[in-house]
Amino acid sequence: MHRTGELFGQYKTLDQQKETATLGMWIFLVTEILFFGGVFLTYTINRHQFPTAFGIGGNMLSLKLGGANTVVLIASSFTMAMSVWSAQTSKKQLVTIFLILTLILGTVFLGVKVVEYRDKFVHHLIPGNSFDVTYCSKNPAVCDLSGKDLDDEVKEIKEGIETEGGVTALNAHAQLYFSLYFGMTGLHALHMIVGAGLLLWLILESRKGRFDANYNTPVENIGLYWHFVDIVWIFLFPLLYLINRHLA
Amino acid sequence: MSATPNSNGGEHKLPSEHYLNATYGIRSWLLTTDHKRIALLYLASVTFFFFIGGIFATLIRIHLLTPAGYLVTPETYNKLFTMHGVAMIFFFLIPSIPAVLGNFLIPIMIGAKDLAFPKINLLSWYIYLIGGSFVLYSFATGGLDTGWTFYTPLSSIYSNSAVTPAVIGIFINGFSSILTGLNFLVTVHTMRAPGMTWFRLPLFVWAHYATSLIMILGTPVIAITLLLAGLERMFHFGFFNPAYGGDPILFQHLFWFYSHPAVYIMILPAMGVISEIIPTFVRKPIFGYSFIAASSIGIAVIGFIVWAHHMFLTGEATYAAIAFSFLSYLVAIPSAVKVFNWTSTLYKGSISWDTPMLYALGFIGLFTIGGLTGLHFWWPKITGRLYPEFLARTAAIILFVGFNLTFFPQFILGGLGMPRRYHNYPPEFQVLNVMSTAGASILALGYLLPMIYLTWSMRYGKIAGPNPWPSTGLEWKTASPPLTENFHETPVVDWEPYDFVHRPDLGLTGSKPKVPGKLSPAHGDD
Repeated sequence: MHRTGELFGQYKTLDQQKETATLGMWIFLVTEILFFGGVFLTYTINRHQFPTAFGIGGNMLSLKLGGANTVVLIASSFTMAMSVWSAQTSKKQLVTIFLILTLILGTVFLGVKVVEYRDKFVHHLIPGNSFDVTYCSKNPAVCDLSGKDLDDEVKEIKEGIETEGGVTALNAHAQLYFSLYFGMTGLHALHMIVGAGLLLWLILESRKGRFDANYNTPVENIGLYWHFVDIVWIFLFPLLYLINRHLA
Repeated sequence: MSATPNSNGGEHKLPSEHYLNATYGIRSWLLTTDHKRIALLYLASVTFFFFIGGIFATLIRIHLLTPAGYLVTPETYNKLFTMHGVAMIFFFLIPSIPAVLGNFLIPIMIGAKDLAFPKINLLSWYIYLIGGSFVLYSFATGGLDTGWTFYTPLSSIYSNSAVTPAVIGIFINGFSSILTGLNFLVTVHTMRAPGMTWFRLPLFVWAHYATSLIMILGTPVIAITLLLAGLERMFHFGFFNPAYGGDPILFQHLFWFYSHPAVYIMILPAMGVISEIIPTFVRKPIFGYSFIAASSIGIAVIGFIVWAHHMFLTGEATYAAIAFSFLSYLVAIPSAVKVFNWTSTLYKGSISWDTPMLYALGFIGLFTIGGLTGLHFWWPKITGRLYPEFLARTAAIILFVGFNLTFFPQFILGGLGMPRRYHNYPPEFQVLNVMSTAGASILALGYLLPMIYLTWSMRYGKIAGPNPWPSTGLEWKTASPPLTENFHETPVVDWEPYDFVHRPDLGLTGSKPKVPGKLSPAHGDD
């Protein structure tokens, strides 16, 4: 549909067209900040309310997988930035290559996320009737405890039960943590999936040689979106995975 | 094409080609990217939802004719006021003026061929329809009894009504609002004609700019909030559920963070309409242009920091309540700035009592009926034809009377101690309730009349000509109805806004007035 440098009827110049598209994307990202803002606020208030249960919940996550995914995502931001640079400097082949690399890294991220979600299912950490945050401390054979010592885990859970005033309360509040974990990472993953779809379209367009120094607005703007989704993860990772690690 | 200041329009002819006859057939409408046609698509759909909401309102008022309430069961009554609120707020009030008049007028007023993103504009209408379908599905399959506010845990756990599809529908519909706001903001920033500086923008555009700010900053928050409430209902997540330590009051905070500013999504565009109409029918420049422009932005900003005044009864901290009370009074200042400036514009003006002006003056008193006001003012531009003036004036007065008779008794009832949303009441409240129902019947007539004569005028009304009132904005410099591209050539603006004295292009050749408060009037500011 886009032809290189095609000027749509409502605009007077190509510069105006590009400025308009970029401003539109920035405003869209502002709405995204407000969108994620609502759930970050919900997280913050509940974390403040139940620091112990949230700490225990956070320590049930796999630091290895989460950390690896963070590296993967930062790398994908780098390749995305490189594809924008390649387009701006009219290196048409490189545009496609870097876009494909970005897509691969994004897919790896989502794949790792699937593994993590599956682990939560096995560990009885999906909100609902079978939720049990003490499950891993009782069934160490099923869980690999993310490299944690079993004694530490049992001790942490025991202290948690004491602080929260009973195993029921601990489970309720830990369940709140995992509601937020799935809500936040799920929304993020959804944005990644949308981003992957956009990348796929960009790759198809780029293979036709559409993007060069004269016309690269879609690469730039989808790049902005991709970076934004990465930045959301840069906030999610410490909030969900890291805060109480030193106690683990 | 010369714009003759002719208020009769008898000798005018419709332009041979315009946006309505440029193409024909259902596809040419459903796949259009013309902002004017999309505005009409919105007009049809918001009118539909207005009818749906109106039917529920009618049933509510009939039910309240007797103290015991004789029409429906208490459960059904809860559903009626909920569905009335949902249909009216999310699918009528919020989109009505921006998506219809804003869509139609903003590009023309700033001298552009279209909005910045015409396809996204069409997309926003389809999103509205999809969201609306979910909500209608909810209405049809068990209805909705949570109140339009969807407070948790009633909405997320206890209600047995069709909450899930309604929440999904409103969530989806939010993106229609976000895309409209985004489109307007970008359009005002990047699509203005040469010479159309920020302080030459019509105040209607300023009002929509402020409205768009609220749409893009507020709507995402209600979207995530309803999403969380929906997840809680569907998957037993515990964000707002006290059983898991979640906080239902947090839902209210998030809800009102959008829903209070949403009040200004409803009122600001109407205020923009009034700012266009008053100077036109007083024949003088609007008083305090830059103050009115700034007050729109002020309302949008302050509107975001008053939300907790909806929550005084939730046990919020006394100091928080004091702060939010104070901030709520603060938002009255920019609103009052507008009213004082409109009133000052009237002073020593040559007032004519045409229908839009009647509505506008009614609006200053009532703050609610801006939509119909604007529809009358720009109807000749939209359709190229005039509506029958006598009937229209009659309808304006009927509406004013009906409105007051409907809602003043309700204010008094509230003062006497009858809460909202109650399906029955003590016998001593009956007189006032009957008065309100009677007023609602008059109001209904006041809405039906325009529906009939406006439709009639589309075919049989007198030809309006390009500038029937006459007024000074760019939209009056093009044909009525405008052609698809709005202007044959991009206009160049070399006049100050609302100059009714010296506009040779409109046949006004009085001495050039000094317009105070202008920033670099002679230059574009790109």
